Parts: sequence; C-alpha cells; structure tokens
Amino acid sequence: MNVKLRDPNIIMKLSRLGSFHQSRLSFLRSFLNEFKDWEYNRDLFNLDKNGYGTAVYSFKKNDRVYSLVCFANEIKDDERSDRVIATKWDAAFTLHDGIPLKKDIERLKNEVPKQEVGRLSYKELTLSRANKSVRVFNHVVESLSKGIQPDLDKLEKVGYLYRTTAVYGSGKFGLADRFRIQNRDEINGPFRLEMMLVYLVRQFTFDQVNHVAKKINPKSAVNLDPKICKNLGIGNSTGLGMAPFIVNHPTLLNNWILCRETALKEIREIKNVSIIESDLFKNCIKNSIKNITSWNTESEYQQNKIKLLLKDVRKFTYFMEEKFDFQKDFPFNELYLWLEKETCDECIEYVVSIMMEPFEKIIQPLIKKMSSDEDKYFNIPTDRTLGDLKIILEKKYSNILTIDFKKKENYKKFWFISKNKEEPRIADRFKEQGSDLEQPLAIARDIKRLYDRLLPFKSNIKISKFLIDNADLRHVIRRAFIIEKFPYSEIQDNTISEKTIPIDMLRLKLSFFGALKFDPRSDKWLRICMFQGAPLPNELKDYDEQWVYKSHN
Amino acid sequence: MKSLSEIETISKRASRAVGFSWGEAEEIAKCVRMLELFGFPGIKNLNQYYKLINKKKKFESLTNIKKKNKLNKLPLCPINLGICFLDQIKILMPFKKINFLNIAYPVLFLPFLSRGSEIIGKKILIKFEKNNFLLNFNVNILSKFSKKELPLIAKKVEISFLENKDSFTAKEWNNLYRLSKNTFVEETESLKQGAAGAGLTDND
Repeated sequence: MNVKLRDPNIIMKLSRLGSFHQSRLSFLRSFLNEFKDWEYNRDLFNLDKNGYGTAVYSFKKNDRVYSLVCFANEIKDDERSDRVIATKWDAAFTLHDGIPLKKDIERLKNEVPKQEVGRLSYKELTLSRANKSVRVFNHVVESLSKGIQPDLDKLEKVGYLYRTTAVYGSGKFGLADRFRIQNRDEINGPFRLEMMLVYLVRQFTFDQVNHVAKKINPKSAVNLDPKICKNLGIGNSTGLGMAPFIVNHPTLLNNWILCRETALKEIREIKNVSIIESDLFKNCIKNSIKNITSWNTESEYQQNKIKLLLKDVRKFTYFMEEKFDFQKDFPFNELYLWLEKETCDECIEYVVSIMMEPFEKIIQPLIKKMSSDEDKYFNIPTDRTLGDLKIILEKKYSNILTIDFKKKENYKKFWFISKNKEEPRIADRFKEQGSDLEQPLAIARDIKRLYDRLLPFKSNIKISKFLIDNADLRHVIRRAFIIEKFPYSEIQDNTISEKTIPIDMLRLKLSFFGALKFDPRSDKWLRICMFQGAPLPNELKDYDEQWVYKSHN
Repeated sequence: MKSLSEIETISKRASRAVGFSWGEAEEIAKCVRMLELFGFPGIKNLNQYYKLINKKKKFESLTNIKKKNKLNKLPLCPINLGICFLDQIKILMPFKKINFLNIAYPVLFLPFLSRGSEIIGKKILIKFEKNNFLLNFNVNILSKFSKKELPLIAKKVEISFLENKDSFTAKEWNNLYRLSKNTFVEETESLKQGAAGAGLTDND
C-alpha cells in the first residue's frame, strides 16, 4: 500500500497547525534520548539561606562538557513579570560550552542576570531566565521545612515551580553562532541545547526548594519526594517572539512537518501490527487521557478545544476497544481514515502523535532529518522563467491565491518589531500607527501580489529581468522557489487576517518542542509546561520512553 | 564580540531602513555576514555607505550590465550592482571579462561576486587600481589588500570569469601520480580471476 503524504493545503492551515501535540519527534524527547548515557553532575551549589547564589550543573561525555550556570537573585514581588518588558527575574541561566572557570562565572554573573542587555560570548550556547510560581514555590518550601510533602492538588493546578519567560540561542546577544557547533553529533536535532538548558533548570528548581527548606528547619526538613519532582516540569510563558520564527525559517519548518508526515505515512503503510505494538499504542491513548483532564486553562477558546478533544478521544477509544481489530491489514491506515471522518482536528493530530509511540525504528532516522542547511536554498534561480514561477504559485499556493486582499478584514493586522523591546508584535493597521514599518510576514498577501503582478508578463521572461523592476517582491520570489522543493515550508493561511489567531503559530512550534498543557492567556501569549513526567537526571540511564503519558499530574 | 547572527540581523534591518526592499535586505545581510566571516570590514563599509545614503548622497543603479560599462555621472551603488550581477551572472558569464567604472565601496560588491562564483562554478577575479581579489566558489576570498589601502571608490574595475584550469603542470601531476602508485598492489592471475566481471563476456 502506498499512502500519500497529507496535503499541505490542509495540514499547513493555521487552525490545524494550532492543534499539533508533542510526539516522539519532539525536541525535548529526542534530547533525553541523546543524552541519556551522558554523565550528569551538580558541580557547584553555592546558595544562601534564602536560595540566592550560584549553581553549576553539567552533562559530560568523553571530552565534551556542557555546563548550566545558574544565578538565583532576590527580586521584589512587584518586579516579577513574565512579560518581555521585565528587567529582573528570580533566576537567570546560561549553558556554557565546557567547564566554566572562576573568571567565566564572575563574567557571567555580571551579564546573565541582565539577559537582553547583557553580553555573552562564543563560549555560551543558550541563555534564559525564569520566575517562580510564587504560590507553589512558597507552599512547597513551607511544607518541606515542616517535614511534610506538599499538597499534590496545589501542585497539579500549576505543574511546575518555575517558568521560563525566554530561552535564547544561535548567536543572540553574543552567544555562539550555530555554525560553531553544528558538526557535533549530539546536537544534530533542532533546539537540543535549549532543551538541555530547560531540563537542567528543572533540576535546579528542585534543589533550590530542598535547600531553602533545609535552611529554614535543618532538623525536620525533608527533601521533595522524587516521585513528586518527576511530575513537575518547567513552565514557560511565550509571546509573539516565537511566531516569526516559523515564517523566517521555511526549510526548517518543512523538515519538521515533513518528518511528522513521513512518520504518519510509514505507520499507515504497515501491513501487520504486532500485539506488543498495538497494546503500547492503546495504553498510551488510555493513559494520555489524564493529560487532557489535568489540562487547566482559563481560556474559553482552549477550554472548548479541550472539551471537544476529550469527547473525541473517548469516542476514538471506544471505537478502538470495541469495534476495531488490530489484526486486520493496515490497521493504522484504517484508524487514521476513521479519525478524519469522525473527529476534530485537535483529536486527529493528538492521535497521530500517539501513533508514533510504538515505532522507534521509523522515528529515530527521521529525528536526524529535522535540521536544515538553510543557506543552501537561499539563492534565487534567476535563470528560471516567469512561466515556471506562475506554475509554482498556482500549484503550491492555490488556496492563498483565492484570498481577496482588497477586503479590509483580510489585511487588517500587521506585524512589526517593537522599538522598546526589539520583539515582534501584531497590531490593527487601521487603528495603530507603524504599518509602514511592517515586517515581511504577510506572505499570503505578498504571494498574491506577486501572482497578480506577473500575470501580464510573457512566460518566457527570466526571473532576473522581472526582478529589476520588482525588487519589492524579491522575498516572496525566493520563497516560491523554496516551496517548489519543500512542500511544507509555508503556512497555507493568511497571517494578517482579522481572524488570525497568533497563538496557533506559537502552538505549532511549542508542540515540536514537546510542550504540554497549552494555556492561552490571550490570543497573543500562552503558558505551557515542559518535561512534566520526565525522568530525573539520575534516572536517565534507564527510563521509560513513554513517560509523557505516565505523569500523575 | 558580535555573533554572525547579530551581524546578519542588524544588516538586514539597517538595509531595509535605508530603503532597500526586504528581499534585497536579506541579500545584503547574507553578504555582510560573509565579509565579516572572511575577515573583511563588512560592517564598517556598510555603515559608511549608509551614512552617505542618509545624507542624501546619490549613487547610480546599473541594471543593464554590459561587457564594457560606460562612466556614469555618479558612482555606482555596490549593492544594486551586486544584486543585478548575481541575478544575471549566467547571462554575463559568456563575456569572460566585464569592465565597470566608479563603483562606490567596492568591498561591499565582493560577496555578491563570491556567491556568483559558486553559482557558475568558476573562480572570479576582480581587479581595481592595485587591488586583486580572487573569489573561490564562495569558499574564501584571496586578496593582498591591506585595510588602509582599500579605496572608497574603485575607479577602473575589471572582472574576469576564470576557466576551470589546473594550477600545476602535467609534469608536477605525473610525478605525484607515480608516487601514489606505490600504494597499489600488483595483481596476480588468481586475483584477476576473482575481480568484478571476470568470467563473463561483455556481449552476453
């Protein structure tokens, strides 16, 4: 059986991308898998009685060492903010390449807590900061200092002790450029070092609460139960900073989605599924329901999505258990077709993610294909013709070409970079100033503009000639030749429509990170949880690959 | 030290701010990044050039590139020229040699030639005044310039597309080849019997 890859015109719609869930392809899971046999150490833990000070954690293998340097600082309650406009945080972190010397730590102590206004060096790989979930943090410290474990209900509502508010890498603020490290085997998947930072920060949060509790009451304090630690993750507040990334990295986006789609295609093409494989799949589906029922959000939009998801996953479970026989040929293909017919987008993508669980042999080779050498596809093939370009546009952007950009609602929003924080924002072009400084993220509109403009030209004219008088469309001409080779490189939707929900773009990226419990706080930012249920560093050598469906929160 | 990623981002935004389109700004940013990576003063020259643009100093755009390009009233914009050269490089290659007069900030023109060299698979030599730069398939740029000597205007420019030729003599090659043969093993009859294709006729 030859199953076709799913149509980008369906999969690359914002509403569908905004329904993606974590899977075995997700970066935090592939990070754990890659580093499971590395030696973990806490090299320095120099905190005062309130938990402020410096700590260093590392992963080591042969001559390679990655060290997380943590700086925990005292801040006032009114200084604590998850927004990008904040200037102080409870803790700040950097991942250092190697073992930091004393002078490195002194240098970093001055720079890392300043975050965006600090300067890092090529010896640092990633940078982040995090704020306490004050309610949970204080409750845990208080309980532990009294010799008792914290109230699990209180923990379950939040799911973490700290949440990061940004994680930077790839050359930002002086950090090492990607090219310096790209040939290292252990980081051949996207965002692997960002995942390492977040993972080690999680451990720091446990060590910090234990330390503070002990200082409060050295005689009776107890450590946080490792089982409870395991069910806590690291939160993350994410705003629009992430959204342009997926537009600005088309070949990378393609590779992420293509790997997911290839995995699904290959799974649907499996003729005979073993009982071990089908049981694993069934168990993951059943266990995962806890992840849905413990998914807390005040967002009505997300609550409705969760409600529908839960209803459809239950419907699917019933069908799978009562009416489906895994012994028939191509069972996953049949299940997938049933899902498409009977369930919502959110449920389809949820089950697609879980379908990958039993098939390590399919997934592992794909993980290595999720990076991209973007420069290789940067040059425009200017000796091609307008006829070629027109065919590409008609074939690859067919839905986009039907959008009427004369209607105000279809170009109501515009993306810009805020002068105050140098961060992306979205606004109403008819109410706010600044649309003359619009960022090139309105790809659908500009593709349509390109198509309309090239219509009167003869099809044998070379791109090089067309570009002389149409330089304003150069960025989308480049993209058109990229999508010709990379079918999933483009969001097949209008990113400036009145109806655009920017968090759909964030959700897509976060799902590939491996985030859980998407909690939209508006249409422009959300909170998530990472590594909840993940093995602790001392458990990495032998952990359950399906940990994500076995969390108790 | 600024990272190459920062260099690319700032160059892109600055280029857009002085009036280039986003697509052109992307090209410029890649080129300035490359200059800095290769050790050329990309940021310095871009900054000086954009200062002049902001002071309303005019530069000319040459879009119709010929084998011999006449003197313009104003110096040529190295960026517009670079982008056009890159876009048209396959059409220009048969000229073998191309001459320009008066290119402003010629260092900014170099990375476009470098990328062009990779596209056509030929080395490109650019000469102006006493400066020579050899663009090697976008892998590196060979030159003898010193930062002080690099002029702000290249008055007489000659660009040559170099044929893919060996840089050594047949004798030099043969000497090395003879040496390399000392790593081979003489085949015996029994080894020949078992080699690929042995025992078959080529007409079967």
